[in-house]
Amino acid sequence: MTDAQVSPPALTPSAAAGASSDGAPRISASGVRVFYGEKQALFDIDLDVPDRAVTALIGPSGCGKSTFLRCINRMNDTIPGARVEGRILLDGEDVNDRSLDPVLLRARVGMVFQKPNPFPKSIFENVAYGPRIHGIATSRPELEGVVEQALKRAGLWKEVSDRLDQPGTGLSGGQQQRLVIARAIAINPEVILMDEPCSALDPIATARIEELIDELRAQYCIVIVTHSMAQAARVSQRTAFFHMGRLVEAGPTGDIFTRPGDSRTQDYITGRFG
Amino acid sequence: MLTFIALLVLVAFSGAVYALARRRAGALALAAASPINSRPVHHGAYAAVWTAVPAALVLLFTGLLGDRVEETLVSARLPEAVRAMEAAERQVFLDDAISLARGKARSETPYPADLQVALDQAAGEVRALESRMRAFSLAAAAVLALAGAAWGLSRVRAPFRAREGVERWLQALLLACSVTAVFTTVGIVASLVWESWRFFQSVPPQAFLFGLEWDPQSAMYADQVVSEGAFGAIPLFAGTFLIMLIAMLVAAPVGLFAAIYLSEYASARTRAIVKPLLEVLAGVPTVVYGFFAALTVGPLFRAGFNAIGAQLVGGPLNELGLYLGEVQNQMALVAGAVMGVMLIPFVSSLSDDIINAVPQSLRDGSLAMGATRSETVKKVVLPAALPGVMAAMLLAVSRAVGETMIVTMAAGLQAKTTLNPLETVTTVTVQIVTLLTGDQEFDSPRTLSAFGLGLTLFAVTLMLNVVALRIVQKYREQYD
Repeated sequence: MTDAQVSPPALTPSAAAGASSDGAPRISASGVRVFYGEKQALFDIDLDVPDRAVTALIGPSGCGKSTFLRCINRMNDTIPGARVEGRILLDGEDVNDRSLDPVLLRARVGMVFQKPNPFPKSIFENVAYGPRIHGIATSRPELEGVVEQALKRAGLWKEVSDRLDQPGTGLSGGQQQRLVIARAIAINPEVILMDEPCSALDPIATARIEELIDELRAQYCIVIVTHSMAQAARVSQRTAFFHMGRLVEAGPTGDIFTRPGDSRTQDYITGRFG
Repeated sequence: MLTFIALLVLVAFSGAVYALARRRAGALALAAASPINSRPVHHGAYAAVWTAVPAALVLLFTGLLGDRVEETLVSARLPEAVRAMEAAERQVFLDDAISLARGKARSETPYPADLQVALDQAAGEVRALESRMRAFSLAAAAVLALAGAAWGLSRVRAPFRAREGVERWLQALLLACSVTAVFTTVGIVASLVWESWRFFQSVPPQAFLFGLEWDPQSAMYADQVVSEGAFGAIPLFAGTFLIMLIAMLVAAPVGLFAAIYLSEYASARTRAIVKPLLEVLAGVPTVVYGFFAALTVGPLFRAGFNAIGAQLVGGPLNELGLYLGEVQNQMALVAGAVMGVMLIPFVSSLSDDIINAVPQSLRDGSLAMGATRSETVKKVVLPAALPGVMAAMLLAVSRAVGETMIVTMAAGLQAKTTLNPLETVTTVTVQIVTLLTGDQEFDSPRTLSAFGLGLTLFAVTLMLNVVALRIVQKYREQYD
């Protein structure tokens, strides 16, 4: 939380819109609305996400935090009937621009899901999947290097280096989640989105993932959706609180947890609902 | 008829026993301080089952075996003159006696006076015997039903575990059903093996399995020795294999791609229209495909090949042109292609279910890596669905191998060992049909060879299934 790169506090949504004063936010959303068929899931979200920091999205179930996360890499495209309005700038480029290829966008914005979802392939092939698709490594030794590097950065190398040819689905839940993170960082994304990455894990595995997130913060822009307030407080530098499809407030994690500006935030973080 | 009425009465009676036992148990439950072991329904069911099942078994058995017992008993007491008759005549006599006893028309065989007397006497005996047996079976059933009811009702006590009793009866029923299936299979295999063994008495197995000539007609003449090699099954299996191969070349890619389109790309609306349409294709009777192949596709293909042949004649490919010019309506290609079309909905429907069963999280994971849809399908979804898709393909192969009608109508009857899809070929199933239809002597090698073919075909499909299961298991272990 002492990170100098944290952008200035944007206490209220209205303030956040004009808060990109330092020009540093990696992702800048304004007026984001999402509809699933007739139902509106998100209402005018304005949020800036700084680079090289962890931004936590918190809020009760169904509040729209995962929906917002999926807007950033346009995963909502895969849901029939979903419609996204508004602007989300990634490095000043609108991700919803028609001319932008979502496939290339997703190569820049990695994603880790709630449940570990390794492919039914070997550990090596799981990590090599992205580099192969995007032609990052051309020769086998190069590919091996990329895979090793990614596994090392995900803190999994020591555990699996002797059994890279075994199925990724044979690992424990925590190892699978780290494998999935390795898979995501193997293609050098700029942003990593994590959708409740620890909700299916035990406390020890959760601690390992949190450590890993903290290490990855030095290189990536990370957005994490979490149900655990404690986790948000531990891993994030900035926190945004969503409620009923609206962004209630966003700011430095310390401020949100100690001096929330909104009574709903206060109620949520003190466990009165959610 | 009487048995049927008795069964109805039995059902009504056991229904009453059920209600009675249930009421008693209900009263027990109300009176008891602590909860009784089984619920009133179980007590009722327990008593009803004991009432109905033994009695019903007696009724059914006497109904089924009654005629046999009757014949044995009566034929043991026939007069000397009748017993001296030949087996077939004696059977007619016996049947007549039974018909008379039952008040039906007997056969028109004229009998001499003494036999006529014997016939009337036998008919009288049959009548007496039948009424005695009927009375016996009804009495036995009634006694059993009453005893069962008494036993069941007497056990309605608080600590009695009627639940477990009912469970055991259910288990017995389920076991009986599975045993029936197994015994039927065993029976079929046994008859196949037995008849095949008889066949292999006259034709050595190696000549059958590895013989290159199939010409069962040559054994038709009674005085002719079965020439060796006339029962060589290789051409039939080659034909079967060739047609199966052509059919799978059509059905596997088209069916699989259709499944991929339906499950991965199609919108909900397209899917709702296309899937039922594909399934209509599965409902077309094979005989319809058969005449479609014989009357439409066959002539069309022939015209096409003949036209190509006409173009080639006189050119550098003169030989080929001449050959194509002589192609006939009936060829492996026509039968295979139409069979392939028949298998498309089979493959696509199974594969579609399997592909849909691949968890969405895998697709999301791949898409979120920046993979395109087709990369996702090719590298994640299909590998994950592979065991199921393989199983679907092998099931389709089994159907292709067993399919008869299309091949009978469109592939010809000539047994040839060839891989040329433009030749007429014949398959194992077609030969079995031609061997067993019409008037046939039932112990000539010609007829028995059908069982040899059946057994071999059975062994082949069994092997296919075992291999399929192995493959599926191997992938399961690796990826689940």
